[in-house]
Amino acid sequence: EEEKVGEEKPEVLSPEELEKLKEEVDERKKLISTLRGKPWPMRKKLLTLRESHEFVEKYEGALGKGKSRKLYAYKVMMLKALMGRPYGSMPRKTVPRADEANAMDFAVLWDFGVITNCLFGYAQYSVLFYGYYNSQRAIGWLKFRMPLSYFLVGVGTVAYSYMVVIRTMARNANEDGGGDNNSFNFSWKMFTSWDYLIGNPETADNKFASITTSFKEAILEEQESRKDDNIHLTRFLRVLANFLVLCCLAGSGYLIYFVVRRSQKFALEGLESHSWWERNEVNMVMSLLGMFCPMLFDVISALENYHPRIALQWQLGRIFALFLGNLYTFIIALMDEINLKREEEEVLKLNMTIWEASLYNGTLGVNSTAPPITVHPADIPRGPCWETMVGQEFVRLIVSDTMTTYITLLIGDFLRAVLVRFLNYCWCWDLEAGFPSYSEFDVSGNVLGLIFNQGMIWMGAFYAPCLPALNVLRLHVSMYLQCWAVMCCNVPQERVFKASGSNNFYMAMLLVILFLSTLPAIYTIVTIPPSFDCGPFSGKSRMFDVIQETLESDFPAWFGKVFSYASNPGLVLPFLLLMVLAIYYLQSTSKSYKQANLELKKKLQTVSRTINKVLTLIQHLLYSLCGTCTDIVCSPESKKKGGEHRAHQGKSNHQIPPSATSPPAPRGHRIPGPLPGNQWQPAPSVQRVPNSQRH
Amino acid sequence: MGNKQTIFTDEQLDAYQDCTFFTRKEILRLHGRYHELAPHLVPMDYTNEPDVTIPLALIVSMPELNENPFRNRIVESFSEDGAGNLSFNDFVDMFSVLSETAPRELKAIYAFKIYDFNVDNFLCKEDLEKTLNKLTREELSPEEVTLVCEKAIEEADLDGDSKLSFADFENMITRAPDFLSTFHIRI
Repeated sequence: EEEKVGEEKPEVLSPEELEKLKEEVDERKKLISTLRGKPWPMRKKLLTLRESHEFVEKYEGALGKGKSRKLYAYKVMMLKALMGRPYGSMPRKTVPRADEANAMDFAVLWDFGVITNCLFGYAQYSVLFYGYYNSQRAIGWLKFRMPLSYFLVGVGTVAYSYMVVIRTMARNANEDGGGDNNSFNFSWKMFTSWDYLIGNPETADNKFASITTSFKEAILEEQESRKDDNIHLTRFLRVLANFLVLCCLAGSGYLIYFVVRRSQKFALEGLESHSWWERNEVNMVMSLLGMFCPMLFDVISALENYHPRIALQWQLGRIFALFLGNLYTFIIALMDEINLKREEEEVLKLNMTIWEASLYNGTLGVNSTAPPITVHPADIPRGPCWETMVGQEFVRLIVSDTMTTYITLLIGDFLRAVLVRFLNYCWCWDLEAGFPSYSEFDVSGNVLGLIFNQGMIWMGAFYAPCLPALNVLRLHVSMYLQCWAVMCCNVPQERVFKASGSNNFYMAMLLVILFLSTLPAIYTIVTIPPSFDCGPFSGKSRMFDVIQETLESDFPAWFGKVFSYASNPGLVLPFLLLMVLAIYYLQSTSKSYKQANLELKKKLQTVSRTINKVLTLIQHLLYSLCGTCTDIVCSPESKKKGGEHRAHQGKSNHQIPPSATSPPAPRGHRIPGPLPGNQWQPAPSVQRVPNSQRH
Repeated sequence: MGNKQTIFTDEQLDAYQDCTFFTRKEILRLHGRYHELAPHLVPMDYTNEPDVTIPLALIVSMPELNENPFRNRIVESFSEDGAGNLSFNDFVDMFSVLSETAPRELKAIYAFKIYDFNVDNFLCKEDLEKTLNKLTREELSPEEVTLVCEKAIEEADLDGDSKLSFADFENMITRAPDFLSTFHIRI
């Protein structure tokens, strides 16, 4: 009997065939669910989908399974729902704030009416400044230990700031060391720098410009790493440049010292007799120096001929030194003023006893039991509170710094932009391209400004507790103002060099500033006795005595003993030594780990290259083998049937059906053949290409 | 749902949903966008699957593609005839691959196609030079262009044939931190 090809078999299926059919159905279902991720043209996907659906529906009935297409569609919908909203935005990290308004702790004591008054009038006696706080040990029914809490909050803020800065640095260092930042620099720039979301012509222009700049920077780095120059001349010039910079710094330091001395003289003579300039000379001079010296440093650095990133780091370092020098000169001058106030205090104390004696008319003795005469608080002569004076100076400094920044912004950026834009119509040369042009937004300069602002806050926060809160307000205003200024008057920087890859350069600066800022405060706490009649520590011989007091009165006796043993220098010094050794050990091990990491990465790269080469070789061999094999096997049969083989003619994307006699292609390998959807072009050595299925 | 739209049959919409990363609503909206590109060419009724294509010039005038330096290559890579004439199927496919939910592997395959200007399945030096010139609007000097292309091939080429095969490209692009966020068009 003739065997008709294509005749349907009767519905009796053996268990193995049933199993195979079930597998086939499952595979088809899987194909349907992964269809959207396949790199096929839509026409092919739709066709495959239709065929697979038909297959599944046809044979699922035969297998008698309960699962219907509806349930499957439900599962797909669930998957889609789980995959997330297509327009969801990515979460952004928020920067942790290193400062807190520690004045919030004193909410019970705020008197809002007082705060709204002038800063240096009534506010002098308000909660803004140290002088307001009472030295009473425990307040209210909760027995709130005010002086203790003032002290601990002050110390605690500094400790917390240290922790935050160091933790951020560690995190940055981790991210930096883990990534493969340099291995695909140019490739990534080429293939992933254009943002496909851009639809606005201006944005596109900016993006083109920034991509070009980024490439130029990378090219420059590459070229610099292959350059070498006349070493001696360069060295001489660099030494000369550093000498000039040192002269500059010394000059500015002396200028500030001189000005501070003069202002002290004016203060002695009485402030009213001098002009506005003379009264605010110190702050003005400091601000002006801060504006013009960096420009000078920039000009001097042209002598040095450094790599742009290194030059930027030197520049920032010098500005840093300038600000630090100025700040410390300011503090030394402040110390002089503090000493002056303390002398005044001594004199006042003397006068106080005389005045008290005069109140009692000299008739009563010290241990008298007569009722005290009530005197209005405002009539009692107040001692010159040096701590409040310090707080005031800092607030004044910050306010003038803020004002300088805003005025520079308005004049240097806004006015300049207005002039360039409108004078350009009637000027001989092109103002926009030529001399003044629009000002650049200097990222590193602004970051440095923020860091110094923070340093000043850290310095003054102990004596003016509301300073952090004021600063938060100032930062908000600055942000909006500068946001507007950048959009309206600035052009992007020409050089897109960053001072450091991971911002750790700036964090390191912040850490140094934190350390240097808290030194003066700590010095004053430890050395100078507090004022006798103002502040939470009044009457004590040293501010940290409050700790001693608390230990004695609030804690059980044995605690005090333990504490005194623990703070014995004989115990503390070895402990410190141990910590230093531990740090040294940890540093050396981390260095060796980094080294080992780099070596492993290099090894990995070479190994993967070798493996790729070997794989390609094996595949070439397999194809040539397959080719010869199937040629031998297939050719007689095709003569017989004249079947659907089109294997010898290389048509595009024709999948050889599994029932054909050709050997199945290895699955799951990355076959270097034509990509789906492309016109198939035969490789020179291979005549046929098997299934190129991709998962 | 109660909405009776007559553009597609339900089976068609379900099929599109299975084959792309879009929902029914998005597909209908895409059809609206496709239609407004050439209202006289594109019928509102797609139930009988009309064989209509829109030429390249009209597609690249869309605001989403207008500023993209690779717009021509993108449209050509998704067209069946390779010349940039997109049927609605190709149109939907294109935006599906470029959508936010498309996986990295799929995007890498199409990115390779896009940057392969001479369509030979390899990113050779000429392809890279063309890519770079489009990216920088030819602001770099020829020496700089050569340097960048040589460095890029040096970095990514694993099998040592001085051009990038798909394997080389994929190996490099899957490590790129910015790839998914930049290779994304929202429509």
